[in-house]
Amino acid sequence: MLTLSKFPDPDTLASAVVDRQRPAVAKALNLLDDKRPEARRLAARLLLLLPQEKVYASGHLVGLTGPPGAGKSSLTAALITLWRERGLRVAVLAVDPSSPISGGALLGDRLRMLSGQIDNDVFIRSLACRGEFGGLSAEVWPMSLVMLAAFDIVLVETVGVGQKEIDVSKLTDTTVFVAQPASGDSIQFLKAGIMEVPHLLVVNKEDLGLAARRTLAELRATLKPAIDDSSWQVPALSASAARGTGIVELADGIEAHRCWLLEKNQLTPRRKNFQAEWIVKRLGEEFGRFGIDSLGGTTVLMAELAQSGSSPFEQYDMLRQRFLSSWKGKQM
Amino acid sequence: MTSEKTESKKDHPWLMRTYSGHSSAKASNELYRTNLAKGQTGLSVAFDLPTQTGYDADHPLAHGEVGKVGVPIGHIGDMETLFDRIPLDKMNTSMTINATAAWLLSLYIAAAERQGVNQSQLQGTTQNDIIKEYLSRGTYIFPPEPSMRLTTDVISYTVNQIPKWNPTNICSYHLQEAGATPVQELAYAFSTAIAVLDAIRDSGQIEEDAFANVVGRTSFFVNAGIRFIEECCKMRAFVDMWEQLTRERYGVGDPKMRRFRYGVQVNSLGLTESQPENNVQRIVLEMLGVTLSKRARARAIQLPAWNEALGLPRPWDQQWALRMQQVLAIETDLLEYGDILDGSPIIDAKVRDLISGAEEEMKRVREEGGMVAAIETGYVKRQLVTSHTARMRAIEGGNLKIIGINSFTETAESPLTSGTDSGILKVDPAAEHEQIERLQAFRSSRSAAEVESALVNLRSAATSGENIMPASIRCAHAGVTTGEWSGVLRGIFGEYRAPTGIDISTHNMTGSGTVDSLRKRTRSTGDELGRPLKILVGKPGLDGHSNGAEQIAVKARDVGFEVVYEGIRLTPEQIVKAAEEEGVHLIGLSVLSGSHLELVEDAMRRLEKVGLSQIPVIVGGIVPPEDEVNLKSRGISAVYTPKDSDMNLIMLDLVNIIRESNGLERYDA
Repeated sequence: MLTLSKFPDPDTLASAVVDRQRPAVAKALNLLDDKRPEARRLAARLLLLLPQEKVYASGHLVGLTGPPGAGKSSLTAALITLWRERGLRVAVLAVDPSSPISGGALLGDRLRMLSGQIDNDVFIRSLACRGEFGGLSAEVWPMSLVMLAAFDIVLVETVGVGQKEIDVSKLTDTTVFVAQPASGDSIQFLKAGIMEVPHLLVVNKEDLGLAARRTLAELRATLKPAIDDSSWQVPALSASAARGTGIVELADGIEAHRCWLLEKNQLTPRRKNFQAEWIVKRLGEEFGRFGIDSLGGTTVLMAELAQSGSSPFEQYDMLRQRFLSSWKGKQM
Repeated sequence: MTSEKTESKKDHPWLMRTYSGHSSAKASNELYRTNLAKGQTGLSVAFDLPTQTGYDADHPLAHGEVGKVGVPIGHIGDMETLFDRIPLDKMNTSMTINATAAWLLSLYIAAAERQGVNQSQLQGTTQNDIIKEYLSRGTYIFPPEPSMRLTTDVISYTVNQIPKWNPTNICSYHLQEAGATPVQELAYAFSTAIAVLDAIRDSGQIEEDAFANVVGRTSFFVNAGIRFIEECCKMRAFVDMWEQLTRERYGVGDPKMRRFRYGVQVNSLGLTESQPENNVQRIVLEMLGVTLSKRARARAIQLPAWNEALGLPRPWDQQWALRMQQVLAIETDLLEYGDILDGSPIIDAKVRDLISGAEEEMKRVREEGGMVAAIETGYVKRQLVTSHTARMRAIEGGNLKIIGINSFTETAESPLTSGTDSGILKVDPAAEHEQIERLQAFRSSRSAAEVESALVNLRSAATSGENIMPASIRCAHAGVTTGEWSGVLRGIFGEYRAPTGIDISTHNMTGSGTVDSLRKRTRSTGDELGRPLKILVGKPGLDGHSNGAEQIAVKARDVGFEVVYEGIRLTPEQIVKAAEEEGVHLIGLSVLSGSHLELVEDAMRRLEKVGLSQIPVIVGGIVPPEDEVNLKSRGISAVYTPKDSDMNLIMLDLVNIIRESNGLERYDA
């Protein structure tokens, strides 16, 4: 009897993803989400087969974050429209909270992000955060890599409150923080140094007038001038997704940060570093502090991972196996 | 001699209408003339969803919806046909129209002018209450601010030009359908009235001394439920509160201008699909609630047909509904007496209770910043969702008894539904195609130059802020279509998506044994399939009744599904694209407009085209039994109708459908 694998073949899938075939991108994301051992193995292979240049050296991985109600989805919609006008293909990963009790989630607001037109060069996947500390599920990083292989811009949108909302900056090339007029929280966090400083700040709803201008002024006052010419000067902008104002400036600011990263040769090291952090974090979740220490400690692990050329799943599984076998050995 | 005397003392009966319209202007015109011949005294026009949401019949979103829940009116030609041989100077016409109210009224005025009737002679009502569309009915187009501007334009125009027109019918009807209690109905209806009247007062379109006329022309559209004593008290509370509000807030001196005038459609929420004949006595009792008290009696009544929960009523079903009104008004002695409830201490106490509850709730709305703000923050929707959930729980738990649903469910087979038509009206599937052909012929027959210049004029009125009505009437005469008129305004005002009930739904995490077991099963099925179970819930087509879909979405989240909720007004193409991108295990489609066959078929075809036909699809809505068979034969895994009220059973079903489609064993109930 002929038995067909229930999983797609990673070689075919990888080339279809690079070929920008939408069904392949969808299937690849499903595979990366799949926790069954066979799927993990195939997913590792898939990531390894993606062209390294695309995944680590080109495209643009943008994080958009801010408190609920700041208008992130509408701003995303406005950015998508502009990027499409500029001929860029866009993928979005929209992350929403999961219920801590049922594990279920109500996801996304895809329609707020899309104009009425069907556009095959825009791809949106919503994802539940699945109880992950910091509001980003473990799947975000590998899924971003697949999207980078097929799209020009990958936008990760996350909701969050307080200092955790900026966790997306641990994953993306450029982080945009969307502030809500007349909401003091984010400014307090910035001032206190609790929140990591994003690469761009934007006050949405500038059509509200005075309240928006006041928030913008406060944000600007918290920003320190760049130490020297070579460091990135964080701009504070204002926009209105509803009126369509300030969107070009925002997109230009995002692009300027990418150019700055390229100029400083920081894009690839940054992504490799995120990948290493992602792996260490996963290992830490599974085996705790003890696990990380017995693998040599964070610094050693990070250095080792920076050398490695293999895919995140593969590195993760390799280190996992190493820990498990050493642990078994000790128990004997 | 005595009988003559009694006769002369008898109060005038209310206007008797039947909410109707279907297929085409011609078919609806025939129905109207038949209904009038049967003793109906006014008309109540039901428009189809493309007309209500401003799309032409050949727009992709209109597919499957043309002529379904009402009559399609695409241009002046359709409006003339609709009132062919019905003299508009004599007729009292109510139009259930909101986002496009200014446009449909313009077409009505233009059609009257072509009959040789001056607009000042017209009598009738435009519903024109956009606020409740954001809360429950869902046929809004524009954001709240420009929508309120259109509302005030219609009111200012008619108060000046059509003195006998009721330009807005503030609706608490749909709030009750969405779960509102009598107190909430009172509070939100008056909060809406305040928002509208304040907007007109501040717009400067009305001279100060004419403002009393605006108040006098403001009418209401209410709901009457089965608890008819309380409903009767609610109506007396409406009368008292309005009298006070118009005097104190708006300084209206003339008592005639302070009268609370209202029309009624009795409750649809409580009509059942099982043992549907019981709906007849429900409807009659509900009518008593709004007629018993003379000083709080309805001015116009329209009754649903007994089979509304099954599908569209046939002419005979509508005749039956009309006869209920006639028997009450003509055969009984109701109209011979003064107010029979005056002086009853029990009634008075109940009325006082309702008033003080409503005043408290109105205060809360004021604290939110008024009705428009309370909608934008989701406050009102949250209150309604809470009440609705409480009602559903009371039914599930058996505390609220409904005959045929959770009480006395045994029944003999009904001869009413066993006929060849299953007891409902089938809209001719050719109706949409024919409407499109007529529309295209109409478009090629008009003067392109006149249309263009009328649209330029409309654009300038919309941007400059001058009253939209004169420019719209000019568009009507020039042959502009419904889609073109709305298209211009969409371009200027933008389109709105209201907060859905799920954005703000109350979290119900109190687990019963059943819910805990469901959560375990959802999780372990997810583990077996490698990732958490993910479903997509969407509403294809134009129907905006999202309560059912939202309840499913929220319940699914509560038992552990990851739910992509897509909301209302989607094309099948959008739904299929979302299903693909999101990698879902199951798709749920909700359709209440009767367009399920077309829309589901379209979605299935597209799924197949992109190679996703292995994803199971379920359908919820008002689906007659033979359509259910039909849908299942096309591969739909399950069909849920209003009689499937046990949400836990539906959830278990969803888990099992996903299990089966992935080669896993079903769970037992």
